[in-house]
Amino acid sequence: MAERRYIGQSTPRVEDDALLRGKARFVDDLTAPGVLHAAFLRSPVAHARLLGLDLEEARAIPGVVAILTLADLKDVLTEERLPLQFISKTLPPDITPYVLAKDEMLYVGEPVAVVLADSRATAEDAASIIGIDLEEMTPVGDLRAAVEPDAPPVCSTRAGNVCEAFEVGYADVDAAFREAAHSVRLSMNQHRGGAHPIEGRGILAEPDAGGGLVVRSSTQLAHEARAFLVALLDLDENRLRVVTPDVGGGFGAKFLLYPEEVVASAAALLLGRPVKWIEDRREHFLAAIQERDQLWEIEAACDAEGRLLGVRGSMIHDAGAYVPQGINLAYNAVTAYPGPYVLPAYHMDVRVGMTNKVPTIPVRGAGYPEGTFAMERTLDALAARVGIDRVEIRRRNLVPAESIPYATPLKSRSGAGITYDSGDFPALLDQVLEAIDHAGFEARRAEAARAGRRLGIGVACGIKGTGRGPYESAIVRVGRSGKVTVFTGAMPMGQGLKTAMAQICGDALGLPPDRIEVICGDTGTIPLGIGGFASRQTVVAGSSVARASAAVREKAIRIAAHLLEADGGDIELVDGEARVKGTNVGIDLRAIAASAHGSPGYALPPGVDPGLEASENFMPKGLTYGMGAHAVEVAVDEETGLVTLTRYAVVNDCGRAINPRMVEAQIHGGVVHGIGNALFEYMDYDDQAQPVTTTLADYLMVTAPEVPRIDVRIAEYPSPLNPLGVKGVGEAGCLPVAPAIASAVEDALGVREAAIQRVPLSPPDLIDLLRARAADAA
Amino acid sequence: MNDGTMTGDQDGGAAQRFDVTMTVNGIERTASCEGRRNLVDFLRHDLHLTGSHVGCEHGVCGACTVLVDDHAVRGCLMLAVQAEGRRVETIEGLSPEDGPLSDLPRLFAEQYALQCGFCTPGILMTLREVIRDTPDAGETELREALSGNLCRCTGYQNIVDAALAALALMRDGGEGA
Repeated sequence: MAERRYIGQSTPRVEDDALLRGKARFVDDLTAPGVLHAAFLRSPVAHARLLGLDLEEARAIPGVVAILTLADLKDVLTEERLPLQFISKTLPPDITPYVLAKDEMLYVGEPVAVVLADSRATAEDAASIIGIDLEEMTPVGDLRAAVEPDAPPVCSTRAGNVCEAFEVGYADVDAAFREAAHSVRLSMNQHRGGAHPIEGRGILAEPDAGGGLVVRSSTQLAHEARAFLVALLDLDENRLRVVTPDVGGGFGAKFLLYPEEVVASAAALLLGRPVKWIEDRREHFLAAIQERDQLWEIEAACDAEGRLLGVRGSMIHDAGAYVPQGINLAYNAVTAYPGPYVLPAYHMDVRVGMTNKVPTIPVRGAGYPEGTFAMERTLDALAARVGIDRVEIRRRNLVPAESIPYATPLKSRSGAGITYDSGDFPALLDQVLEAIDHAGFEARRAEAARAGRRLGIGVACGIKGTGRGPYESAIVRVGRSGKVTVFTGAMPMGQGLKTAMAQICGDALGLPPDRIEVICGDTGTIPLGIGGFASRQTVVAGSSVARASAAVREKAIRIAAHLLEADGGDIELVDGEARVKGTNVGIDLRAIAASAHGSPGYALPPGVDPGLEASENFMPKGLTYGMGAHAVEVAVDEETGLVTLTRYAVVNDCGRAINPRMVEAQIHGGVVHGIGNALFEYMDYDDQAQPVTTTLADYLMVTAPEVPRIDVRIAEYPSPLNPLGVKGVGEAGCLPVAPAIASAVEDALGVREAAIQRVPLSPPDLIDLLRARAADAA
Repeated sequence: MNDGTMTGDQDGGAAQRFDVTMTVNGIERTASCEGRRNLVDFLRHDLHLTGSHVGCEHGVCGACTVLVDDHAVRGCLMLAVQAEGRRVETIEGLSPEDGPLSDLPRLFAEQYALQCGFCTPGILMTLREVIRDTPDAGETELREALSGNLCRCTGYQNIVDAALAALALMRDGGEGA
């Protein structure tokens, strides 16, 4: 076993130097000779029949090379629609987006035609003057109305606006209600907005002389993108390479092969010229996926001490106009509802509703924030009904440490049971109370009250399933140069993935991380890969890198033993060398690799197969679950409705931290995303389903002044499900933020029973709440 | 809404080309661009200095922030022709080409103040001005100064810590920015 010198240390990020010198290469930093720039004509209305396009004037603009519609692409496309990303036996076949709109446009921003021109400005000029002949149809924007039986259809050819309905649950929930001492009802309306990486989507598709294509895309799924493009463009896999440049954030928005990427690729093949498309922010608002709305109706029952007995209800999830990926968001949300608590009986009826809005797929958190919000609000409501403290009701319901591993009666979408594999949930709750000085809160509240400020405190917990399968790939190779390279299908987009992989490999091979190159998301260098989603990569790719590195280590030692005429047990790998312990006799990795590569006509060392490399595709048996406890203190201005966060603390289980500072940084980002969901980010549409928050001035992302110092404490309960013991943390931070803030705001205002059931919570919402409180008091 | 013809003067000269000269990171540079070309696109696509990034193209996210005559400006809200004859600094000029990172970017690395790094160039340029002009800034002032730069990854805390460290370094006689 190798010594752990790098795993667990906050080693410097290998990504940073290039990024800090302006030498990183994002997709818009790339170009190609003869490149054509694409601009899309998009549907101006939420629902209309497409009757025709007037392209004449646009085509006449100097510099415009082509304007293409779906019909123009038919020679290079095998299908008019995108393939469904996740396998489904139940979704109807006509549910995925068209590559370009065919005869009906279902949301504002849906791509209808593409202009290719010698500059982006010219392409945009041309797209702006294309005439669209359309017949407006009734748009369906309101989710609740959309799923009513007599609602107008989102798409004229579909049977209705519910694309899938399913039940999730276990045990006799009605019996639980018959035994209950207390019950509450909640009607929650949750909204999550958009992903909004600061770099939008983008692609450069470059044809080669042999009819093939190199696609450089700002994506979270290089290998999946290749698979879909191969199918849609009828290309041999060897003729299509997808390479991912530096990616400026993803957060879910890039975990999809989009129509624009297919169109750019198809147009490049059709025209025999490179095609580049760079999304602007308005397009991100209109046409990049969102997570948006869920409507929860919950009834919860508990015993006289506040222990949960059962929860039943329904949830409607807004899928938008198409389903490009699956129903995973809705499924995740309702299966995340029980969270880290013991819930003896549960039943939810779920409907996945369609609206004339851009499709939804997971944004950071992937349904878990909604499930967490619903559970945490349930607990606050029950605490008020029972008359016990909000922390105490959580303590009484958390899965006790002695019950871990805890098999819930629910299954994840792979069919594997949802089992909380390690952790001590009550201990994390205690730690977060200590971190925020919960014991000292009432004194702080009293002092603030003397100065005319209303303080409140809120606590909430969440648990995130991480490390989703089926596998991730890794090849670890010591080249003839002696240089070590890690290849993986995992996709960095800011997490520091390359650093973490280099730390893991570095421990095995006795090399500092900055001497290991990590190449991610290039289908030309590694055949298999899944990509970046579900807080999975340190778990799944990390385990593959660990195993492949261990295999390379073992082989390097075996060869070194042969070359040095020593016993393998006496050899250590240090600083790029295999040394006989306690001597200065050694041989460097370059010589070992050369020996393994062999010389023409000469034998390899005995028992050694060619090359100093290993390939691993770790397949996790199930998700590994990391619990997080959050506590927040707020000050509320009763006149303006302004909520100011004054303290924030998080304790989150990451299994084992590969790089503690990077883990903390992931939690910081997740919490601030959650603050956006709680207080600011609202993707608004008018009653015609026309988006009205299409700039970052209208759609409020969190900025530095709104954020308090976040005290992050890492808990390490190693997972038994992977060789490193790690759990993902990319999303965890955003889960319990909104319910913790809602609880704190209510506490500040003296409002109880979980009156806040809608997020984001705006100042006008707060004023309404205060008026309702005043009316109740009167 | 324009009427579709982008020639002659109906577009107000937007597509008319100009030779623009400015000093970028200490070197005089000239390139030809359309009148409507904004400064950041000029830097990125005409001068091939792709370190400054474009995040929203409507002046909110701050990723395109560069210094013009020592003041932070949005590269997407200033036309290239408006920078004629002026002094522009970008992230490429922050650290010596073949030397170690200068203080502020080095402190960003030390404090894990960047993740995807896409917003980072604009944030560095914003802070360069803040650190120079308000050496006594505290955390509250720094957060306020950063309110024009969006970052989706970091939650800002480590950025603030890097800036505080830079200010401390400068008070101790270092360069800081």
